[in-house]
Amino acid sequence: MTLAEQSSAMGCPGCVAAPAPSQDTRLCDATLALSLPTIHCQACIATVEQALEKYPGVLHARVNLTRKQAMIDAAGDVTAAELAAVVRAAGFDAWELDPDALQETRTGNLGRDLLMRMAVAGFAAMNVMLLSVAVWSGATDATRGLFHWISAAITLPALAFSAQPFFRNAWSALRARRLNMDVPISLAIALAVATSLWETSLSGKHAYFDAALTLTFFLLAGRWLEARARSAARSAAEELTALEVPRAWKVIADEPTEVPVSELRAGDAVLVRPGSRAPVDGVVIRGTSEVDRSALTGETLPEMRRTGDAVSAGEVNLTGPLVLKATAVGTDTSLHRLAALVAVAESGRSRYTSLADKAATLYAPGVHILAALSFFGWLLWAGDMRVAANIAAAVLIITCPCALGLAVPAVTTAASGRLFGRGLLIKNATALERLAQVDTVVFDKTGTLTEGNPQLTNWHDLTADQQAMAAMLAQGSAHPLSQAVASAAREAGLEVPLADVREVPGYGTELVQGGEVMRLGRPDWLGADARGDQLAAAFQAGSQKPVVLTFSDSLRPGAEALVQQLVTMGKEVILLSGDRAAAVRSIAGRLGISRWEAAVLPDQKADFVQKLQEDGRNVLMVGDGLNDTAALASAHVSISPAQALDAARAASDIVLLGRDLTPVGEALATAMCATKRIRENFRIATVYNIVAVPLAVAGLATPLIAALAMSLSSLTVSANALRISGKSR
Amino acid sequence: MNVLAYLIPVSLLLGGLGLAAFVFTLKSRQYDDPEGDSRRILNDVWDTRPRPDDVRTDRPSDN
Repeated sequence: MTLAEQSSAMGCPGCVAAPAPSQDTRLCDATLALSLPTIHCQACIATVEQALEKYPGVLHARVNLTRKQAMIDAAGDVTAAELAAVVRAAGFDAWELDPDALQETRTGNLGRDLLMRMAVAGFAAMNVMLLSVAVWSGATDATRGLFHWISAAITLPALAFSAQPFFRNAWSALRARRLNMDVPISLAIALAVATSLWETSLSGKHAYFDAALTLTFFLLAGRWLEARARSAARSAAEELTALEVPRAWKVIADEPTEVPVSELRAGDAVLVRPGSRAPVDGVVIRGTSEVDRSALTGETLPEMRRTGDAVSAGEVNLTGPLVLKATAVGTDTSLHRLAALVAVAESGRSRYTSLADKAATLYAPGVHILAALSFFGWLLWAGDMRVAANIAAAVLIITCPCALGLAVPAVTTAASGRLFGRGLLIKNATALERLAQVDTVVFDKTGTLTEGNPQLTNWHDLTADQQAMAAMLAQGSAHPLSQAVASAAREAGLEVPLADVREVPGYGTELVQGGEVMRLGRPDWLGADARGDQLAAAFQAGSQKPVVLTFSDSLRPGAEALVQQLVTMGKEVILLSGDRAAAVRSIAGRLGISRWEAAVLPDQKADFVQKLQEDGRNVLMVGDGLNDTAALASAHVSISPAQALDAARAASDIVLLGRDLTPVGEALATAMCATKRIRENFRIATVYNIVAVPLAVAGLATPLIAALAMSLSSLTVSANALRISGKSR
Repeated sequence: MNVLAYLIPVSLLLGGLGLAAFVFTLKSRQYDDPEGDSRRILNDVWDTRPRPDDVRTDRPSDN
């Protein structure tokens, strides 16, 4: 037997097995996407890709480090949730994304479009500059004329393509009878080209073709930086939002059928499985269970729901299946009334004018007046239209906001790039500027400062036998308290055998062993005395006295450090929670927060924040629940974790991707640094204008001086912006 | 000065070539993940064929 035969024989089992699945995958090929907020190096890429590709059904996985995403080609039966679990097992945070939202986001296209225009402007500028250098170094007469004509032939089509965004913006601004930065830009480009053509046709000395192109190139660079910085953030935020696919189980003739939530009507019977969120407001017609209201109220203690009880949209069903008769759907649900509250808060939020806008409102009219004055001044003085137009063009080119156009985007790109590396998505362009002004920080408790999942506190009160029993019972339920018992057992290194555990929806789990009934569940179910209003469960073995298990919510990593840091930075820290006083007091005590309020209703939260704002404070609100959304929208600037509900994420300016809270403190520091750099950049641009403008007005600016001054100021401003990222390393 | 008649078209052609190359790289999505691509070079894992072990199994079959 030759090696070749051997290898083909060895290949055979694979061949036999291979065609079937590959046919399957061709039939129902799916592209899945995951968000990977914590990856940062080549080792992470390799680990994630290998872990994914080992998973059966995955054909190909590719990690995009820039966007912190993974795209996976997989067989149709593989779900993003399974793959997210695989990646988490490999040691990285992973969230599933909606692949439909990923099919080329609009922001990504915008970036590519700008890059293309920038490339055309750049290449044209290089060629024209080559010809201009010849003119500057002394070409005369026919040669100069020829060079100017060639420059014009390159410049006109290049500008017609690459300067389109400016012309379009300027036109829409003018139509709305406003002035924006693009109006002087477009005017400068158009006037520069027009006077240069005029000069060229008269075989004049000065043509500004190179200046018009370089100007366009630098300004497009600014726009592109801006678009790129936010495309990563925005696309990830969009995808996270698209994640919660609104589907529900409608019960038709006792058969649950999956339908879009929008098709549900009042009176429909809706099945809510354990672990899922109620899509409608309704009344329980079948089943008993416990619901988690923490998203709506911030309360950590689950509540009991029996037949006839009301359930609000947004509550999470925990233990048993519930069938609801819908009483309110869509925009009538309590969930949407909260969203309406957000809309009100947002309209009341004072519209913040960014530093760039402030500069533009001063700048745009100033430039126009200056150019017009020098035009008419020279017209009166020299009486020559051609000289006057030339000088007006020079003034517009020199003052054109090259440096201004780069001053802000260069800094925000550097800053948000740095923060994105630390797991923060900046959704709003002015968020960094507003963040720099913050003096008061308001936190939500559940899910923000705490993990939102309880931890068992008195594991060691149980005997070894009881521990093993409780762990066995805990395995049988998805209830957060059961999960807490199970994880305590795992941490203690207990090996828990699988057992035939029966779940009693709404009460707990039970198990018959050795003729005795073991139970783990609600304290009142077992007749135990739950102490006060604490989170508690009870465990009972046979006829023994029940043991009460107590739980507390664990702090998010970095919470303590963050509060410490904020206090040393001189910010006032306030804790505002919808939870009960006891729970809030203990968390506030652990974190050293002296000012806290408990049992706050959603609209009270918003009022509280608004009141602070009216007192002249700049409030940073950090929250995750639906009960926080109105407060998030009314605060000066807001942050929500990625695990937050989409409404909360939509209402906030910054999304925190990881579990760790420390980046929030870093964001504040970076924001202050960034605002300082932006102001410095404005100062640099102003100084440059003060030096160069008199030259232009006096008619001393040659195209060479214009080109030098423009490049110099743009480079200074960009270099200054880079100091932000330089410092971090 | 006749040299200009060659040099100017040549410089325009070269510029155009550069632009075309850039447009090609842009269209083929080479700027989608600059960060990841710059780090993949440090990766030990083979992500392009042929893998070294594929080469070895192929060789005996030539005999």
